[in-house]
Amino acid sequence: MENTTKAPQKTPLHDEHVRLGGRMVDFAGWVMPVQYEGLKEEHYATRNHIGLFDVSHMGEIRVKGPKALETLQWLTTNDVSKLEKGQAQYSLLPNDKGGLVDDIFVYCLEKDADYLVCVNASNADKDFAWFLKHNKGADITNESSSWGQIAIQGPKAVELCDQIFAPIKVSEMKRNEIKTGVFHNFKIMIATTGYTGENGCEVFIESNGTAPLWNALLANSMKPKPIGLGARDSLRTEMKFSLYGHEIDDTTNPYEAGLGWVIKPQAKDFMNKAQIVAAKENGLKRKLIGFKMLERGIPRQGYQMKNTSGQIIGSVTSGTHSPTLDEPVGIAYVDSAFSTEGTEIYVDIRGKSVKASVVKTPFVVKT
Amino acid sequence: MAFHVPEDFYYTKDHEWAQVDENIVTVGITEFAQDQLGEVVYVDLPEEGQKITQNQTFGVVESVKAVSDLYAPVSGTVIEVNTALMDDPSKLNDDPNNDGWLVKIEMDSEKELANLMRSPEYKKLISTDK
Repeated sequence: MENTTKAPQKTPLHDEHVRLGGRMVDFAGWVMPVQYEGLKEEHYATRNHIGLFDVSHMGEIRVKGPKALETLQWLTTNDVSKLEKGQAQYSLLPNDKGGLVDDIFVYCLEKDADYLVCVNASNADKDFAWFLKHNKGADITNESSSWGQIAIQGPKAVELCDQIFAPIKVSEMKRNEIKTGVFHNFKIMIATTGYTGENGCEVFIESNGTAPLWNALLANSMKPKPIGLGARDSLRTEMKFSLYGHEIDDTTNPYEAGLGWVIKPQAKDFMNKAQIVAAKENGLKRKLIGFKMLERGIPRQGYQMKNTSGQIIGSVTSGTHSPTLDEPVGIAYVDSAFSTEGTEIYVDIRGKSVKASVVKTPFVVKT
Repeated sequence: MAFHVPEDFYYTKDHEWAQVDENIVTVGITEFAQDQLGEVVYVDLPEEGQKITQNQTFGVVESVKAVSDLYAPVSGTVIEVNTALMDDPSKLNDDPNNDGWLVKIEMDSEKELANLMRSPEYKKLISTDK
């Protein structure tokens, strides 16, 4: 998306996807499988059993040295000083205009000394340049091409991981932790994070080890299924997880996006803090909400939201037919006055105002 | 994968089929189209009596992932709509050439059929269009 003239890149699993019959598409400058046997089957496989996702296209930025913590505290909104070795946190990279450069995960490999930052594929080059530009003296390297990454997600995912990654016991790790180890002779980092709402982990592995790990997972008797980008999107939408370019972008105030829980203005100073916090203190003009349709129609990104008298009150950021609920669900920014649960709102679907209602999220509640 | 491409149908480049019986044209999407779409979860069709125009959109089909426009193979008036698809869009995946038909159109002019493909030409299109 950033660079359409460049030939799309291939992950270390490209040939495996082709062999598995994946339908390959260009996504964020990468050739990725959108689906294998079918989006719905893959969605259900993840919700009911185990899904394997190639997320090697994600970027990895390493921040090391005595100034690593200071640099990350300045660049990100969450409080990195709270992270002990082996802990991870979701966070944001604010830009200098009130919006966001990216949303990220920060992993503490060595307290005050060594951090791994996982960033969106479409933003990896931009993020790395941003890190270098605003560096406070840390040793920053772009390790994106050194690491493959596989997400293993689903109610049985942890059981599979305990077999594959022994002696590391993923079942004994808490949410948002990271452990280093080896798979065969390849260095790995196992993080109990994910983008589906399911249990499981995301495994960083030395690039050359990605295919051996993928094939070992697929060959296991628990029979996990490979999952394409299509189901990855419907799974995250059901949880109302933000996707850069949809719910958040370089103009989004993160409080409007409902991400206040990863902004820690009391704990520290950070890039453009005053502007971001002022927007909240002056009262948020719009809010990110989830809604369901009361009449027939599927909401899609970019559709306008309207009130009962037909005035525009916002727009849809993501929408799909939820495979789990078997009904359409949508995420939208609307004027704050229309953001409370149960408010009747309308979606303009191809020129027709179709009735909808603000609902509680996530749409799918995992117990 | 081998798709069934009936010889008595006409085809658009957008993967609709048209079966002609005198001046009545039944319209659907091809097996190739349903395979590309994936599981259809929503169908939006015109009402009976509505006028439609060749090459113009007359409805949409949606999968979980995407919205696809339907293009009219001929101009005319909609005389029947397959309302069963509204309740069970999966018919479009299971049997696109029969049960999954979309609308019946009273055609304005059979001259427009000359703008459509026959099966050999359409087979060639889908063998290169993957």
